[in-house]
Amino acid sequence: MKRYLQQFTLILLAGVAMTAFASLAEASVRVFACEPEWAALATEIGGDQVSIYTATHALQDPHHIQARPSLIARMRRADLLIATGAQLEIGWLPVLLRQSANPAVQPGQPGNLAAADYVRKMDVPSRVDRAMGDIHPGGNPHIQTDPRNIAIVAGVLLRRLQQIDPDHADGYRARYNSFMQRWNGAMQRWQQQAAPLRGLHILVYHKGWAYMMRWLGMVEAGTLEPVPGVPPTTSHLATLLAKLKQQPVSMIIYAAYQDSRAAEWLADRANIKAVKLPFTVGGADSATDLFGLYDDTIHRLLTAAGKSS
Amino acid sequence: MNRSFILAFCLLLLAPVHSLDVQADEASNRSEINSLKQQLHQTRLLLEQMQKRLNHLEQQQGENAATAAAQMQTVKPATASATAPAGQSSAPVAATNPPPYAPPPAMPEQAAAPSGSASANVFNPEISAVLNGGYQAFSQPPSGFAIPGFPIGDAAGLGKRGLGLNESELDLASNIDNLFYGSLTVSLAPDGGANVEEAFLQTLNAPFGLTLKAGRFFSGIGYLNQFHAHHDDFIDRPLPNRAFLNTQFGDDGVQIRWLAPTDTFLELGGELYSGNAFPGGGGAFRGLGTWDGFMNVGGDIGYSQSWKAGISYLQTRAIGRSAFDAAGNAVASFSGNSRLLLANLVWKWAPNGNPVNKNFRFQSEFFYRHERGLFGVASPNAAYLGKQFGWYAEGVYQFMPGWRVGLRHSELFANNSGASVIAGGLLDSAGHRPRRDSAVIGYNNSEFSRIRLQLARDNTQSKVDYQLGLQYIMLIGAHGAHQF
Repeated sequence: MKRYLQQFTLILLAGVAMTAFASLAEASVRVFACEPEWAALATEIGGDQVSIYTATHALQDPHHIQARPSLIARMRRADLLIATGAQLEIGWLPVLLRQSANPAVQPGQPGNLAAADYVRKMDVPSRVDRAMGDIHPGGNPHIQTDPRNIAIVAGVLLRRLQQIDPDHADGYRARYNSFMQRWNGAMQRWQQQAAPLRGLHILVYHKGWAYMMRWLGMVEAGTLEPVPGVPPTTSHLATLLAKLKQQPVSMIIYAAYQDSRAAEWLADRANIKAVKLPFTVGGADSATDLFGLYDDTIHRLLTAAGKSS
Repeated sequence: MNRSFILAFCLLLLAPVHSLDVQADEASNRSEINSLKQQLHQTRLLLEQMQKRLNHLEQQQGENAATAAAQMQTVKPATASATAPAGQSSAPVAATNPPPYAPPPAMPEQAAAPSGSASANVFNPEISAVLNGGYQAFSQPPSGFAIPGFPIGDAAGLGKRGLGLNESELDLASNIDNLFYGSLTVSLAPDGGANVEEAFLQTLNAPFGLTLKAGRFFSGIGYLNQFHAHHDDFIDRPLPNRAFLNTQFGDDGVQIRWLAPTDTFLELGGELYSGNAFPGGGGAFRGLGTWDGFMNVGGDIGYSQSWKAGISYLQTRAIGRSAFDAAGNAVASFSGNSRLLLANLVWKWAPNGNPVNKNFRFQSEFFYRHERGLFGVASPNAAYLGKQFGWYAEGVYQFMPGWRVGLRHSELFANNSGASVIAGGLLDSAGHRPRRDSAVIGYNNSEFSRIRLQLARDNTQSKVDYQLGLQYIMLIGAHGAHQF
């Protein structure tokens, strides 16, 4: 028994030593990105100098992630945590922070970046009551649906990377400049492409698109969720259907991770289109990076509105 | 006005540059000129940035005036036509004509101002309360509950018949400062009386992957033990948890955990306790009567599956530990050494790792206890050697948002010997294997409200008890994050 224990301890120590050694050869900044859009942004600005772990993917609901052991283990060694913030990850990130035993990424440290802290948030409730559903007191956290917010966060991320890894500050700056040049060009292009969408009234599954709709001048006519965070109910859908007869909308949009059935049900009866949008990088085949995400989203919206060229 | 000021400023900056340029010694100062040119360029950039920022601020100001009452949802350009689509709902919907192109501020971090009113109460801790109550029916009187062969603690029994309130809970939790996190849980018994269930601090900034915890807290041994009861998917804890850990083991003590710097989750932990809580008792070794150690490993298999497994060992010296009957009377006591070995496994499945619509969890724990010492009804006076074994396994399936079904089987077996084992006595299992099967269906309207119905076939004693339970659990207040 004792011998087995000794062997076990030896194997354990060897394992730890090997991992520690392997970590020396890795990139200089380890990034733990809570959502794929921030992982994609870190790739744009960090390049080869960062190694990125993405905690969630496009088919997961970022509100509801289990604080899995694998996430705790990954956060343990992270140098920079990029979260959306605004309480989007409140159901799981606090547990990871407390259990990861990593001082570098605790709130207030340079290694803790909450993107939504740096943009002006929409839908900040003047009154907070749980009867209103799972609302976010700090405002709508789904900031990645407006590319102007991505640009703002890019600047913050640049500063943080330079702060954490000053040796490669110039490299980060160069990559940031290159990214911003391409991004500004792309934003102009998207804005032109999406011009026909202006003024369209649409239904959304969850209030996940507020920033995009403001950016493109679209109008949200209602949500499939009766209140945020509560799945669509038949009675609520029936109410929406009755309302649609009076005030038609041009489409229903939902995110790749959301259940399509409610949207399809309503779209069938109201004779409109239900459009699945990627919502984040990886949510559609062509949304492989941030540029693809917006290209794909705008293409899908234009197609559904019958306005694709 | 602002613009003319900036232009004047710009000219002022340019003037000395030109004069320097003229006086420059051609041969030696070419590089200096270049660097000055660069400086000039940078100044221009800076000015452009300031101008942008100024425009941005002006825009904001105009907007604030325009939408003073509403939440500001729109960036209104000067060219916005009067035909902006108006919102239909009563909520302030954006009048949405974005500007043709609005570049973001170039130095956003300077512009950043985390929002939220900074009133004094923003530092209030997370406060929450749990309401817990329901209805229970038993085919056998619950006052006759016992587990043959097991001297049980005061919290291992069944609840009361009929309508009733279970323990209500009050929680306060917060980061205390940059070094510590603190949490307090007070449970309020239905007949009055408050009990400090947990009160601990935990380090946030310890080096080398270490986390220290001190105070009163539920132990990290096993899997289910560290969770608060309102997290469970069944109304009651498994039979072995009730028999071996008096439902839930917690005591006053210290804990140290070490998280290995590996991609696979590996955690080692140890705890030292006063030794007053079951399975200890009497605070042996001057109040250091219980210690334990545990190791957990875990990881993912693809996107859809994740797992965690662990082993734990707990050792305690009990001095006059009472054994209770179902009415809560101390009926016997034990002094001696108690050793408990635990192994646990949990496996979760969610399609693509998204548990919102469907998910499944399998969880199982094994317990082995070895107790040696003296046991007696009036005082510990007769020899007792206990070898006791137990396990449970459960599966819980969420088949659509909000709805869950679960099945659980628990089983125990005691093999006791010594002079204290007398026929028909507390330690006599009479060859019976206590077991229990439960089925549960639960509904969550949101993350904060749960209602469930549980049916159980309880064969803990030789006579089968059929049980029905209906329970609500409501969470008021802060959104607690869940552990895996």
